[in-house]
Amino acid sequence: MQDRLKNIIRDFGVPRLIILCFLLLLFILAPFVGADLPTQFTNLFNRFSWNAVLVLAMVPMIHSGCGLNFGLPFGIIAGLLGGTISIELGFTGAMSFVMAIAFATPFAIIFGFLYGVLLNHIKGGEMMVATYVGFSAVSFMCMMWLLLPYHSPTMVWGYEGKGLRTTISLEGFYDKVLSRFLEIRIGNLVFPTGAILFFVLLSFLMWCFLKTKTGTAMTAVGSNPIFAKASGVNVDKIRTLSVIMSTWLAAIGILIYEQGFGFIQLYMAPFNMALPAVSAILIGGATVNKASIANVVIGTLLFQGIVTMTPTVMNSMIHMDMSEVIRIIVSNGMILYALTRKNDDRRGA
Amino acid sequence: MDNYVIEMKNIKKSYYGTTVLHDISLKLKSGEIVGLVGENGAGKSTLMNILFGDEVISSTGGYEGEILIDGKLATIKSSFDALNLGIGMVHQEFSLIPGFTTTENILFNREPTRGSLVSNVFGERLNTLDRKRMNDIATEAIDKVGVKIDKDMLVSSMPVGHKQFTEIAREISKDNLKVLILDEPTAVLTEKEATTMLSSIKSLASRGIAIIFISHRLNEILDICNRVVVIRDGFVVKDSDIKEITVEEITKQMIGREVGDRKKSSRNVSNKNVIMSIKNLYVDMAGENVKNLSLDIYDGEILGIGGLAGQGKLGIPNGIMGLYDAEGEVIYKNEKIDITSPMNTLSKDIAFVSEDRRGVGLLLDESLEWNISFLTMQVKNKFLKKLLKFISFRNKDEIKSVTDHYIDALNIKCTSSKQKARELSGGNQQKVCLAKAFAMQPKFLFVSEPTRGIDVGAKALVLDALKVYNEQHNTTIVMISSEIEELRQICDRIAIVSDGKIAGICDATESVEKFGALMIGAKV
Repeated sequence: MQDRLKNIIRDFGVPRLIILCFLLLLFILAPFVGADLPTQFTNLFNRFSWNAVLVLAMVPMIHSGCGLNFGLPFGIIAGLLGGTISIELGFTGAMSFVMAIAFATPFAIIFGFLYGVLLNHIKGGEMMVATYVGFSAVSFMCMMWLLLPYHSPTMVWGYEGKGLRTTISLEGFYDKVLSRFLEIRIGNLVFPTGAILFFVLLSFLMWCFLKTKTGTAMTAVGSNPIFAKASGVNVDKIRTLSVIMSTWLAAIGILIYEQGFGFIQLYMAPFNMALPAVSAILIGGATVNKASIANVVIGTLLFQGIVTMTPTVMNSMIHMDMSEVIRIIVSNGMILYALTRKNDDRRGA
Repeated sequence: MDNYVIEMKNIKKSYYGTTVLHDISLKLKSGEIVGLVGENGAGKSTLMNILFGDEVISSTGGYEGEILIDGKLATIKSSFDALNLGIGMVHQEFSLIPGFTTTENILFNREPTRGSLVSNVFGERLNTLDRKRMNDIATEAIDKVGVKIDKDMLVSSMPVGHKQFTEIAREISKDNLKVLILDEPTAVLTEKEATTMLSSIKSLASRGIAIIFISHRLNEILDICNRVVVIRDGFVVKDSDIKEITVEEITKQMIGREVGDRKKSSRNVSNKNVIMSIKNLYVDMAGENVKNLSLDIYDGEILGIGGLAGQGKLGIPNGIMGLYDAEGEVIYKNEKIDITSPMNTLSKDIAFVSEDRRGVGLLLDESLEWNISFLTMQVKNKFLKKLLKFISFRNKDEIKSVTDHYIDALNIKCTSSKQKARELSGGNQQKVCLAKAFAMQPKFLFVSEPTRGIDVGAKALVLDALKVYNEQHNTTIVMISSEIEELRQICDRIAIVSDGKIAGICDATESVEKFGALMIGAKV
């Protein structure tokens, strides 16, 4: 009996269990500290819809054995380029979103390809190198945002007439284009149907892909690259493909994030996007070389649940802003836990 | 009446349920040199590891039987025990510190020391080294070995031969040394160095040290040993005075008792159509290099490739399958194969069962279904069902049925076709590897060490499965194995690889001595 309980806990993962209990506790406490539950759920759904695609972007690279995509900023930059070019060229409303995706795609493919080629040269050290390469790309773009010839008055600094602002409002462009689509309102509870449906669509495509011959090869490459090679799979090609997919999803992910959030954030903003996505998928139960769509959904819900619930509940209890501290502890702690678990898996049986 | 320095009585040892040593007894008088021979995996190293107290032994449950040193029962639990009892060992791989000089290596951790002011206060660990005495001891030890080595030379800048001599000097500088184990001491030496080595071994023996000498070079054994002990499959099969034995007899004992026991193969592969012709093959596979090898393989036969470890037999399939860098011409059915990528070879319906089951052969963390269907899916686009024009999914039903078919046909013991490959035993994992290759319905099959590390029952089943597959599908099979006896059981012809080349090809009914001689490269 005790063994069975232990097994259940081990399968579910101790950190996930702690986070789940913590989140449940927050929901139970919420009414007592005067927080409105429907509003809380609305927040959670919203944040889920903003972030889920960024978390989904982790999946292909985990499957192909490239590890967690700490190089997420690459894709995010592609997305930012797509968004800003779309606005620059004067597209508005829903069309600006479609065009943002269209412009982001070639960038994502090129960046993803280069990033993939790089990762093929550093097999075994992907995650560490990716982190730093991602950071360098962000810093490089800090210069480029100033130098690229953008002129749209909604985006450039007012006093000089050139160089992009750090934060660009999307009002009139693609602000909430997806969230408002088929939106459901019941009192204080708002459900961003369109954004969620878009995530479901991408997840479905990913699920389909993983069932094809190439998708199967990708999983096998991640599970045992030498086995895959001996079975006639071009390992480097599959890995590059997975990186391109991850990068493209990250580009789409940031556009979805922006439409929900209502602003484009440039300069150092992409810097901090990778870690929450990485820890979300880990909380969802993925390991360094296994991940499923379910991991994405569960992980994003748990992670964003903590992020939205802690400020309201904790702040009204202890009158101090603890949310940021807890978010950092959870995300970094989760990554650390996953990296130590990596060796455990290998040692197994 | 007899004064044995060391006596090993009824030694038994098993690893994880597989018995490696069944009943080994070995006695040595002082000053005696005993040659210990046996095929790879016969149990030589395990026996020596027991004697030298290697960690592997105690961590896998110790050994059974008795070891007597000078007639007294001794327990050897670690290498320290062995050293204290006067047992020294020179390993095949050098255990020297590259950045230290000869002297420092010889006396490492046994340095004569002098007290100093500091050590009076803080204890013996802070004594200073007595360099002069160290030099004296080292010089004496080197002289005993009978070679000229610079005692101040760094090990990192030494030729291999000198490293070997340094190891021996280290062992004999120990005052209490009674038994010295030499594991293939001449393997890395040039002929001249080997001769020096052999004479210094003799002179050591004349000082009363008992020596256990392990070597694959039988001529050396005949040259210097007093007695030879042959081990096979964990038993001592021959213990004879050197004067009463010949090279032929030793090889025969090494390889198997059942000489001529083999049934003449009922079918005659009379058609000599060459299906694959290998010309001037070079393969760069560490430890198994193939150097300028040429070989013709006939349609429908089972060809065995044997030879000692490290001679290059494993490099042949790995090179042709494109898993290691290879160069040379491989002509299959009158077509040249580009052997730079696995897909080129696989797409010609040539499959490969790797010797590295866990590393190359299996997806340990995936289900049996995946393991068995993946190769065929990738190479032949099978087990897929079309959904739309461009998209096709894995066909679950087909995959399950093919997996169940092979689970049944090869008697794979598992809970279901969904079980992970990691959870299976070695023998069953090997069957999965075979099923994977069979599922591709190859016309030509390389099988590398199919019975390595699996028990007798599974062995028979695997060999039988290969034979049946060959007969039913007329598939040409090339089987690479270190066990000559196993090759003789199922092959039509056997090629022996030595030093990266084919040393000779014989009919499988040929005498065991002949294969043994080819393997060792001795001129009989």
